[in-house]
Amino acid sequence: MTDAQKYWQANIRLVIGCLVVWFSVSFGAGILFVHQLNSITILGGYPLGFWFAQQGSIYTFVALIFFYAWRMGQLDHKFGVSED
Amino acid sequence: MTNLQMWTYAVVGATFLLYIFIAIKARATTTGEFYVAGKGVHPVLNGMATGADWMSAASFISMAGLIAFKGYDASVYLMGWTGGYCLLAMLLAPYLRKYGKFTVPEFIGDRFYSQTARVVAVICLIVASLTYVIGQMKGIGVAFSRFLEMDFQTGLMVGMGIVFIYAVLGGMKGVTYTQIAQYCVLIFAYTVPAVFISLSLTGNAIPQLGLGSVMADGSGVHLLEKMDQTLTDLGFAAYTAQKGSTINMFLLTLSLMIGTAGLPHVITRFFTVPKVRDARSTAGWSLVFIALLYTTAPAVGAMARLNLINTIQADSIAPDTTQNLKIDSLPAWFTNWEKTGLLKYEDKNGDGRIQYVGPNYKGVDANGDIVVNEMVKVDRDIMVLANPEIAQLPNWVIALVAAGGIAAALSTAAGLLLAISSAISHDIIKGIVAKDISDKGELMAGRIAMAGAICVAGYLGMHPPGFAAQVVALAFGLAASSIFPALMMGIFAKRVNNIGAVCGMLAGLGTTLVYIFWFKGWFFMGAPMAADIEANWIFGIAPSSFGAIGALINFIVALTVSSFTAPPPEHIQHLVEDIRVPMRSKGAVDH
Repeated sequence: MTDAQKYWQANIRLVIGCLVVWFSVSFGAGILFVHQLNSITILGGYPLGFWFAQQGSIYTFVALIFFYAWRMGQLDHKFGVSED
Repeated sequence: MTNLQMWTYAVVGATFLLYIFIAIKARATTTGEFYVAGKGVHPVLNGMATGADWMSAASFISMAGLIAFKGYDASVYLMGWTGGYCLLAMLLAPYLRKYGKFTVPEFIGDRFYSQTARVVAVICLIVASLTYVIGQMKGIGVAFSRFLEMDFQTGLMVGMGIVFIYAVLGGMKGVTYTQIAQYCVLIFAYTVPAVFISLSLTGNAIPQLGLGSVMADGSGVHLLEKMDQTLTDLGFAAYTAQKGSTINMFLLTLSLMIGTAGLPHVITRFFTVPKVRDARSTAGWSLVFIALLYTTAPAVGAMARLNLINTIQADSIAPDTTQNLKIDSLPAWFTNWEKTGLLKYEDKNGDGRIQYVGPNYKGVDANGDIVVNEMVKVDRDIMVLANPEIAQLPNWVIALVAAGGIAAALSTAAGLLLAISSAISHDIIKGIVAKDISDKGELMAGRIAMAGAICVAGYLGMHPPGFAAQVVALAFGLAASSIFPALMMGIFAKRVNNIGAVCGMLAGLGTTLVYIFWFKGWFFMGAPMAADIEANWIFGIAPSSFGAIGALINFIVALTVSSFTAPPPEHIQHLVEDIRVPMRSKGAVDH
């Protein structure tokens, strides 16, 4: 396998990992399992499922993008395909 | 002129002067500057501009109201309109930036070596952007007519004039720097009242935490519990309970996410940064700036609703209604909003007071009659705009909200108009009609297209088609079912060829349009083929949730057709390999 193929494979793996988290916090915690999670309360009076749907998923999205950008920067350097 | 009007003229006037000042400072002199701001915008600043570009009059004015009345069910908008940025950051933006051209249809046309694909993309772009722009124009008109007591049309003309100055002169460069200023105005205007209200209701200055806090009235009850309690006591559905079906919440969230990632005016913003690396991080910064408003909105919605109920229905639980708001001593905000027609009451039982109860209320009044709701109209758009007045905040805060609403509408309108004019001057004129046009000629064509687009948008704003409320579903449906899948396959599926891509786009687009029109009437004008109710929907899928299904159809058709037809030529395969690595990207121009 060429370096370019390895780089692309590492990229795909990273994207899939991130999208699993993306799906879990929004569609998982915020919609599919919202009733089960609502029996737990956090940060004072937030039912957990409701919190994920209106707050938590958004915070996770932000963290996820910065994590992805940082990991991709590392991969760019490792495989020598960085812009600089 | 009242004190409030003076404040409003001063604050709105000051922001307008700022926008014009920026327009003069940031004039575009080349097509590179006109289309992509010379690819020299810092990723953090671009994040702010993207935030303003994305957050429209709907986000600023309507979203908190939507949350106030739908409670948990409105989470689909919060997740849907933010989660799309993850898809943009990981699946589209860095690669499209690496390709380094000016417009979205240009990439689709080049990658699928097909003018047809490019034209289909241009049509989707123009329809999606135009439908979206009507809503912005309406937002500008409403803000002007309520706060400056100007008539709707004059307000709209002033708004158009401002956009004209900075968008025609500055193109993307002017739009970018005004959007940065507009972001600052709108986020300040949104958070200041939220902080005030959160403080007064819960004693917590951070609205995001206030929503989960204990009420400051000494009852020891949490705000969300209090909401659920008050609403169910008054015969409304509980705030944190789910009302809609799970499948529609799921699909609508997914459609909004994919649609967000496929809206051309958002994607184009990622073309303006200097490097591929910046395209990734600017998506993160955009979402930081968007999240500031999107995580505040749930608090604003819940608190505004509670304030509204408490103002009208002073004693919310006992059947005794003698504490309710008296008709002969209505507060000023109430009569002001009544004049706009967005708020209406009828004293049905003639007791001289207003009762605000839900459909399931069973309480009785002094005569033993069941109390019926007398707030016959509470438009959800007033929740943000009237919120500071209901909470009795100072006049300068109210003026700020007016300026913020106008900033949100103007910034999104400018982004959309730019996407439309670039598609016309770059994709149609330069790409198809007059291939040998000079840079100068194309720049002029861009400016003329922009001026034309502003006039069309203004006309549509003044004579909004009756279906204006339905079109948001259409814009997202188009972006989700045609543009997003085409772009993603262009990058991730090397095997997809011209025939596959065109068939996929038409199949996704066609099914989505037919499904929406089937329940909403052909082109929103004729009678619908079937009533728009859950019993008629296929598998219970609402028309506005169909974009995700359209996208799926697009993927399946494009991949299947491609596998039976010839693979793309070698130079296209090289192009795909090339955009997959950041190396050797074309840097900033003219900087």
